[in-house]
Amino acid sequence: MTGAPINVSELLTDPAGVPRARAMLQRAEWAARSFARYDKPSVDAIVRAAAAAGAAKAREYADWAVRETGFGVAEHKVLKNVASSTGLVECYAGHDYVTPRLDPAAKIVEIPRPAGVVFALTPSTNPVATVFFKCLLALMTRSVVVVSPHPLAKECCADAARTLAAAATAAGAPDGVIQVVDEPSVPLIDALMTDERTSVIVATGGVPVVRAAYSSGTPAIGVGPGNVPVLVDATADLAKAARRIVDSKSFDNSILCTNESVLIVEERAAVALLRQLKRAGAYLLEPAERDRVGKMLFPGGRFDIRFVGKDATWIAAEAGVRVPASTRVLLAPFDLVVPEESLAHEKLCPVLGLVRVDSARRGIDAARAVLRLSGRGHSAAIHSTDPHVIMEYGAAVEVLRVAVNVGNSLGSAGLQTNLAPSMTIGTGFFGRSSVAENLHPSHLVQWTRLAYNSEPAEPFGDFAGLVPWQAPAGPIPPYPAASNQRDGDHGSATAGPPSAAAVRNGRYDLTADAAGALRAEIRRLVIEELSQLVRG
Amino acid sequence: MAEELIAFASKQDMLAKSKQFWNPDKTQFWIDSGVPLVIDRREGYFVYDVEGKRLIDVHLNGGTYNLGHRNPEVAAAVTAAMQRFDIGNHHFPSLARTALAEALVSTAPAPLTKVMYGSGGGEAIDIALKSARHATKKRRIVSVAKAYHGHTGLAVATGDERFATLFLADRPDEFSHVPFNDLDAMEAALRQGDVAAVIMETIPATYGFPLPAPGYLAGVKRLCERYGALYIADEVQTGLMRTGELWAISKHGVEPDILVSGKGISGGMYPVSVVLASEAAAGWLTEDGFAHMSTFGGAELGCVAALKTLEITCRPEVRSMVHYIAATFTAGLARIQAANPDWFTGIRQDGLVMGLEFGHPQGAKFVMKRLYENGVWAIFSTLDPRVLQYKPGILLTPGVCEELLERTEVAIGKARDDAMRGARR
Repeated sequence: MTGAPINVSELLTDPAGVPRARAMLQRAEWAARSFARYDKPSVDAIVRAAAAAGAAKAREYADWAVRETGFGVAEHKVLKNVASSTGLVECYAGHDYVTPRLDPAAKIVEIPRPAGVVFALTPSTNPVATVFFKCLLALMTRSVVVVSPHPLAKECCADAARTLAAAATAAGAPDGVIQVVDEPSVPLIDALMTDERTSVIVATGGVPVVRAAYSSGTPAIGVGPGNVPVLVDATADLAKAARRIVDSKSFDNSILCTNESVLIVEERAAVALLRQLKRAGAYLLEPAERDRVGKMLFPGGRFDIRFVGKDATWIAAEAGVRVPASTRVLLAPFDLVVPEESLAHEKLCPVLGLVRVDSARRGIDAARAVLRLSGRGHSAAIHSTDPHVIMEYGAAVEVLRVAVNVGNSLGSAGLQTNLAPSMTIGTGFFGRSSVAENLHPSHLVQWTRLAYNSEPAEPFGDFAGLVPWQAPAGPIPPYPAASNQRDGDHGSATAGPPSAAAVRNGRYDLTADAAGALRAEIRRLVIEELSQLVRG
Repeated sequence: MAEELIAFASKQDMLAKSKQFWNPDKTQFWIDSGVPLVIDRREGYFVYDVEGKRLIDVHLNGGTYNLGHRNPEVAAAVTAAMQRFDIGNHHFPSLARTALAEALVSTAPAPLTKVMYGSGGGEAIDIALKSARHATKKRRIVSVAKAYHGHTGLAVATGDERFATLFLADRPDEFSHVPFNDLDAMEAALRQGDVAAVIMETIPATYGFPLPAPGYLAGVKRLCERYGALYIADEVQTGLMRTGELWAISKHGVEPDILVSGKGISGGMYPVSVVLASEAAAGWLTEDGFAHMSTFGGAELGCVAALKTLEITCRPEVRSMVHYIAATFTAGLARIQAANPDWFTGIRQDGLVMGLEFGHPQGAKFVMKRLYENGVWAIFSTLDPRVLQYKPGILLTPGVCEELLERTEVAIGKARDDAMRGARR
């Protein structure tokens, strides 16, 4: 026998799974075409059902994500999963991305047109919450979505996407409305990003992924990394500020991109703040300890992902630092925010840089310096009661959201502020992104404008009550029964699979009942968890 | 290279030589029918005439091009296989034949556990009929009137006399034809207990896709069981997801004793046909494995093409797409029919197997000609020229579906005027 033994199946399978993924896009294109004509009540029912299904498994997926990725805090992921499912739906309950809008004064009618096929890249840090978030944004706007999870979190994400897909289609969404790639790879992601059937890429992840999205030639919404400065001036309520900062920095062990990176404190408030920080669970590293932690976290100047989302006590132990068991955050003091100071860079773990400055003015300069290292366009925080300082800070730092008197993790993510709740933080032109806001449903819908002749003599049409969309009459697509077996008047047991009829019968009622009960339960859960979180 | 081998001064020159050296009657027929098509380039669901005219292919050679012309995935698999395989030796166990047999059995109705290979549909039908005769030790074969199962020795005798008598190939003593959708006639044919097999296309293609009445095929299967005959499902045109399930027969709740596939299983790339049989129907493979052989049957390159074709066809995404495409044509054709109720008289549809009926004995020929002018290639049904065979591909995109429906609507309208003019004359 010459050559290696041949496996016939090797001739037949593309190692990167690209053809199969392209088939997903084509199925998605069909689904998008149908979904784009659904009416508002149908869309609402689908969104509610999918969100409820996701929230019902919030805890299961939180545990799964921690188990699979090895980082984060399951309790906090439960909160994010709920916030990104039923929480998100509650937040946008009053919005309508489906029904045409009339502006008789301007003689303009606006018809919402969904993006179509959304290719969603989700990260390992907020895996399931981001899957929920992007899928629901798509459903709210009648787009369909193909999810490509981060390889580190592919199993929990694929299962989560399938849970939402099953609930959505059971509630009447077209088949294929949510699909997921099981084995993500670089060639596969590249193929899907450049495929003309992809309408828009929504990329959350590392810089290379986001840059690749923008380079693909396909419209993209990509967001960059954060490196969050937090300034505490002498006018702040130091006890509250300390508690909020420690809560935020320890939330999910700092793996939200909105977690604080460098604490900048005005000198005359520093001693008091540090006392409060210790009380809230922070441990101030001695210079030698700080050096050991810094070298360990940044071997060769690059952050070691081994420490992503790990407990403060575990990190301290790894560095040979003895800390109280209740320690939630390690404070790493240094003098100057400069590129060669590794602890000034983004740290997705509960280690917080600490810099003392003479004045709020110097603090603002330091915050700008933090953002020169990375994180432009992302977010910053300030604890102060002086509107002059707060305004000056906001006008100087190159970010597009500043969380004021609130932890940044959940503040800039819109869970503890009135920003749009989002797992995807637009970094705008500062951060080389097309989107400046927290990603929200409007980003996935565009509007066809029927613009009348502005001449006063030309009358505007009467569009009141005109809606071009319909509720689906049954499963989309319908099962292809033969034309002489349609209309159910040949009740033959051989006409199609038995499930087709079962699906048609009363599925809306079932879903609505289940969703109602779930919603009450989830509302209770959200309130409980949020209040615990606020109490610290 | 192709240009050097295939060079003619003009299309006219080529057609003249086609008549001189190939098939004078058939060449002239297409010229007279207003379809002077000589296919040159082909890609996906488009074929291009040598003069550059683009046509959407909804003939697909009966499903041979289910996955489109020169499907890139099938082409890549065959190209890769050619680095190591050729046709192979038909006597020895083969990697590709075994892998394909396993894949076919694993996706087939449960009773089908053995696979035999041919190089074309007719050969496969002959193998099926021979197997049935061996298994039952009976000789008579029952098929439906106006059936078509191929042109080879036994297959042609099962079909309409249109293809048999010219060659003195009809065998009325051994081959009985009964009316379609008539269980009483079927029972009468089977009652004497001397029938080896009933062979049925799940939807008779060449007869214009008349649909089996609800319960008819299951009734035929019950009669087969009662009178000791095997049920052979000819799925050459209806299989491979065309009806929204891999095999159309499964939509009728029938588990056949033998199932035949050809055409599309080749991926349109390398000829191969397959016969799937139950243990009982495939008894000769155990008794005397050398009893039937075929040099090209199950050629290894064909098996690789078939494996890839089966893998693509069985993707859940593809099944879903077929359902979407079928629904698109259900809605689109209903709209066209509503605009032409007197002329476009019927739609026979099961998934992407469609027969369009027109109110004129030769109606489909008028429509075929106008479709050709409007950039669509679809063929009339040889055994019922009122009916146009309309067989869109299973991987069609929404855009091409819409384009196809628009072209079809225009062509059907124009053909109505042609037929009315013809009727007045």
